[in-house]
Amino acid sequence: MEVKEKVKEFLQKKIGQDKSFSLDDNIFKQGLVNSLFALELVVFLENTFSIAVENEDLNLENFNSVNNIDNFIARKKA
Amino acid sequence: MITDQYTLTDEQIRLRKEVRAFADEFLVPNANEFDRQEILPREIIREMASRSYLGATIPAEYGGRGMDQLAYGILNEEIGRGCSSARSLITVHSSIVAETILRWGTKEQKASWLPLMAKGEKIGAFGLSEPFVGSDAKSIQTTYEETDDCFILTGTKKWITFAQIADLIVIVARNGEQTSAFLVENTLPGFEMIPIKGMLGTKASMLAEIRLTNVKVPKNCLLGIKGMGFMQIVNTGLDNGRYSVACGSLGIALAALEDSINYAKSRIQFDVPLRDHQLIKQKIANMTAGVKAARLLCYNAGALRNRKDPSSLIQTSLAKYFASKVAFEAATEAVQLHGANGCHDEYNVNRYFRDAKVMEIIEGSSEIQQLLISKYALDELDTILES
Repeated sequence: MEVKEKVKEFLQKKIGQDKSFSLDDNIFKQGLVNSLFALELVVFLENTFSIAVENEDLNLENFNSVNNIDNFIARKKA
Repeated sequence: MITDQYTLTDEQIRLRKEVRAFADEFLVPNANEFDRQEILPREIIREMASRSYLGATIPAEYGGRGMDQLAYGILNEEIGRGCSSARSLITVHSSIVAETILRWGTKEQKASWLPLMAKGEKIGAFGLSEPFVGSDAKSIQTTYEETDDCFILTGTKKWITFAQIADLIVIVARNGEQTSAFLVENTLPGFEMIPIKGMLGTKASMLAEIRLTNVKVPKNCLLGIKGMGFMQIVNTGLDNGRYSVACGSLGIALAALEDSINYAKSRIQFDVPLRDHQLIKQKIANMTAGVKAARLLCYNAGALRNRKDPSSLIQTSLAKYFASKVAFEAATEAVQLHGANGCHDEYNVNRYFRDAKVMEIIEGSSEIQQLLISKYALDELDTILES
């Protein structure tokens, strides 16, 4: 499964199966996630894609949509 | 899958024996006196440090013991069984401060603080709560301003565990809508500590109020990213702290059960030991079921934390909610079973009862945990039931 699919599947569970969102939708602005979500997302990305999220990576633009997360993972893996 | 993921290793079983022996020698015989004096003596802290219990999860490269999370849970359970105040030192010092520095600190912050914290030469505390701010943590009133060479902090923190002896306090402050966290040393000008006495439980946790008056904190003491104090530092710290409190609560419940079993075997009423009375058997059965269920939830959370599974966060919350509830129920039943003896402070159950109530309030009250758990149950029940 490619990165976008895995991320979308994870986010869909978090946001709720009955809600739809596009690959470019800002998941933070939609207010669909709770306070633990950001940490869960970091742990999920580290665990699933074998990367280490560092302080300098903690820019919301790296994490606020499926496409931006995909780009972030690609940069970390490069 | 939840099959067999928390079978304890030989090393973890040895650790339990080691910590239990320590607790039985140093904590159990003295915890009621610590409670009366409202002090955890320095020699006890030194004994804990000498066994690396204060640097339990700090990696060996920084002088810590490098325990995995399941082992760390056992440490908290066994220390919590002996003395909740000693366990609360581990919670704030190791779980909340050291583990958060380890996760998000700079190389320099890790190198400066972790070796000293691992040895117990510097004690850490967490400054989030304020006189008018508890569960609504985002409304903190402590402020910071940024200048060319430092941050200037002003405000009051309250109910800060072990702040009476802490050298390093993580202070959470706001600048307008932004919240940030800072590593603040107690020696800085403008830093004032006022001890708090008269707590209901965990009375030897040496709480204090901290008053910050234009405290100048060097730029390199910012912990994590500026403006991400809640999302990054508070959430990480409280998640770590919740796991420690969950396992510590399990320890209280276990202690209440063990004391009740011993008392039920030795106390004679109506010419037979209490253990022969059906209603006493009922209490023992209920307490046993609660302890076992709480232990399963705690160890499940520990195993998930070891695997860095994202569901570990909600499972930790669930374990904290349930284990603290079980601790209070077990302690309540233990006092009832001990009768008048249980109402006196020479009996440990008196302390368990007061300590257990605290566990339902700290590191996110039961009501806050219920909000989180219900949110997950409503949106993704499988995450809770299958992980």
